[in-house]
Amino acid sequence: MTSAVPSVQMLVITKRFPGVLANDHIDFSANAGEIHALLGENGAGKSTLMNILSGLYHPDQGDIHIHGRRVALRSPRDAISLGIGMVHQHFMLVEPHTVAENVTLGLDEPRFLLNSGQIEQKIAALSEKYGLKVDPEARIWQLSVGEQQRVEIIKMLYRNADILILDEPTAVLTPQEARELFATLKRMAAEGHTIIFITHKLDEVMAISDRITVLRKGRVVSTVFTSATSKQELARMMVGREVFFQVTKSPWRGGQAVLRVEAARALSDKGLPALKGVSFAVHEGEILGVAGVAGNGQRELAEAITGLRPLTSGEVYLCDRRITNQNPRQILDQKVSHIPEDRLGMGLIPNLSLSDNLILKGYFAPPLGRGPFLDQKAIDAHCRELISRFEVMAPGPDSSVKLLSGGNLQRLLLAREISCCPRLMVAVHPTRGLDVGATEAVHKMLLEQREEGAAILLISEDLDELLSLSDRVAVLYEGEIMGIVPAQGAQVEEIGLMMAGTKRARPAEVAA
Amino acid sequence: MQDTLILILLILAGAIRAGTPLLFATLGEIFAERAGVLNLGVEGMMIMGALSGFMVTVRTGNAWTGLLAAILVGGSIGLIHAVLSITLRANQVVSGLALTIFGTGLSSFLGQKLVGVPAPDTFRVVRIPVLGELPVLGPLVFQHDILVYLSFLLAPLAWFLMFKTRPGLHLRAVGESPATADAMGVSVVGLRYLYVFLGGMLAGLGGAYISLALTPGWADGMTAGRGWIAIALVIFATWSPARAMVGAYLFGGVEAAQFRIQGTGTQVPSFFLNMTPYIFTIIVLVIATQETVRRRIGAPAALGLPYEREERG
Repeated sequence: MTSAVPSVQMLVITKRFPGVLANDHIDFSANAGEIHALLGENGAGKSTLMNILSGLYHPDQGDIHIHGRRVALRSPRDAISLGIGMVHQHFMLVEPHTVAENVTLGLDEPRFLLNSGQIEQKIAALSEKYGLKVDPEARIWQLSVGEQQRVEIIKMLYRNADILILDEPTAVLTPQEARELFATLKRMAAEGHTIIFITHKLDEVMAISDRITVLRKGRVVSTVFTSATSKQELARMMVGREVFFQVTKSPWRGGQAVLRVEAARALSDKGLPALKGVSFAVHEGEILGVAGVAGNGQRELAEAITGLRPLTSGEVYLCDRRITNQNPRQILDQKVSHIPEDRLGMGLIPNLSLSDNLILKGYFAPPLGRGPFLDQKAIDAHCRELISRFEVMAPGPDSSVKLLSGGNLQRLLLAREISCCPRLMVAVHPTRGLDVGATEAVHKMLLEQREEGAAILLISEDLDELLSLSDRVAVLYEGEIMGIVPAQGAQVEEIGLMMAGTKRARPAEVAA
Repeated sequence: MQDTLILILLILAGAIRAGTPLLFATLGEIFAERAGVLNLGVEGMMIMGALSGFMVTVRTGNAWTGLLAAILVGGSIGLIHAVLSITLRANQVVSGLALTIFGTGLSSFLGQKLVGVPAPDTFRVVRIPVLGELPVLGPLVFQHDILVYLSFLLAPLAWFLMFKTRPGLHLRAVGESPATADAMGVSVVGLRYLYVFLGGMLAGLGGAYISLALTPGWADGMTAGRGWIAIALVIFATWSPARAMVGAYLFGGVEAAQFRIQGTGTQVPSFFLNMTPYIFTIIVLVIATQETVRRRIGAPAALGLPYEREERG
């Protein structure tokens, strides 16, 4: 499959951001007709490298050759004219515009008048050819995430891109949708396109790539043929040490229901129904995982339980006491912990110090506070103890939180939320954006709380994480629970179908 | 009976005249906001346009040169706003407010000697042959000055440009999602500069209409908050040039009616009547905002946000 000249050659690329060396002398090449995976943890520099190739960023140093010719990429326009197209992780689509308008955005054709008929025909032909079904007249906000991704790919094909870069394309897809995408990519590669695939998921890499380049901390670790490597080896290269994929946990011992949600309904920020009668229970020492494609009511569910979003109907019980629509303070005071999705926005206050952040849930009562005053001594002792116990790497309790790395932010947040000895923990995407080491630490902490007898509602988009940590997995789709299955022996296929909206045939068994 | 009809016709024709400066400024602001730049300097640009238009006309004796000067002055102030808010990424609200205060103050200072000077040349009514003789429609639509006819053409043209052409698609994309436009090779900075400049030129043109056609002459503060009404009209018009026409004439109508009612010697104090356009602004904003929320046709998503490409995260 490999032709003599690589279609993409990037030589000693260096890119520096304030305080970070994102790309450090990176050499990378990809051939026509191959699917080349760019593998690495968050912050390894994969997206930066590809943003350079797509003309969005300018390298501080280094050369780029396309089809053997040295090129200067001053802007995305240059990259597009060379046939380089990138599907970004956060889609680059204009939401109020139609598919056709998005596809033709930035093109010289049509020159002046928008001739939608002709454009739509061409789009239809492309979607036919590559199995990318989408309605050219639909507006982007009306489309599902999977469909939006197809628009992104069509957009690139419409520009005759023969070098296609996809940044974490499966993060937003159900397993079935991901498989369809892979089929499309393989077809494109067979036609001679160069496909560069950014990911941190090892299974995907093994499944579809021909070659793999592994990045770590801005440097190339190695480039290998997929056929000549293994998941273990890739993980070692990616993380820099041995990684254990298996999480060991004891079987559930059984216990009382801690959280009971009954026929809960709530509205989204836009005022549309986001939860449509959700019912489930989480028990002592149990982790209930909530799976689903982003935006199917997960955030609203977590907020409804923690008192941040009013329920329009339905009830929430904590240990048989009704907590429906109580205010957040009342709910948190009953030993409820919340690890919100947005760590720095909702979980922590970036400009305040570590200790200020650590006392947010208890500053108003002894031992940390007395009347209107704070007991600085007690606070100091409390914070030092938590910082060392949870191994938060920071200059000291008075340093500002915004300077911490993602993993340390999450440790700090967990330190605060676990220190109140929770009966119920609501954890939303607790490992999103964390590196493998920090992810392991968070998993360990959650499992420890499970051992202590806490009930944990774990909302995540990472199916592997859900299946390895949870006792049972509930699947949310458009604000409804499609089914609840035991995590052990669960079929990824079945969960994938539920994520796409198929209700489980059998009524979900809910342990008493 | 005949008298009432004539009065209504007069008010309606007056509405179109009084609405014309609003229409120019509103169209300009729609262009800028569609590109994602909030320009609160419209009032300053209008009054500087009014002053420079009149000043140059007094010097040259030709209203067209005055008009050209007003357009250039408005555009230049627009460019100041562009440099501040696009290149330097200053807060757009502060930059716009500063330019309004600046324009108001500067025009007052420079215009001191022009107060009471008669206009040597103005834009006079050009009765269009045949059409101008039509009953009702003639005096209403076809007996105006040339700038009114220009505005008749400009609004549909702006609408067509915005929604039916490729430059319009690019304009809307830059205001809705600059990152997308940028990734597709559309120059965000270039287009924002262009449309803020255009917005400034149209505001200047609107200002000159006041001092050269609507009420020829110069008086301190003669734009009387029309720039602010234009900004409110943008919301009322839901960023559409077609609806801007409706809004501008509606407000022009309020102004013309208030003028006429004062002429009839009514008992209502003139202070109250002078207030009506602004009260009307508040009422319209309340209603229009509710409607935009309900129909989910909000402001351009990136309105007021500076764009920077190499932002990490």
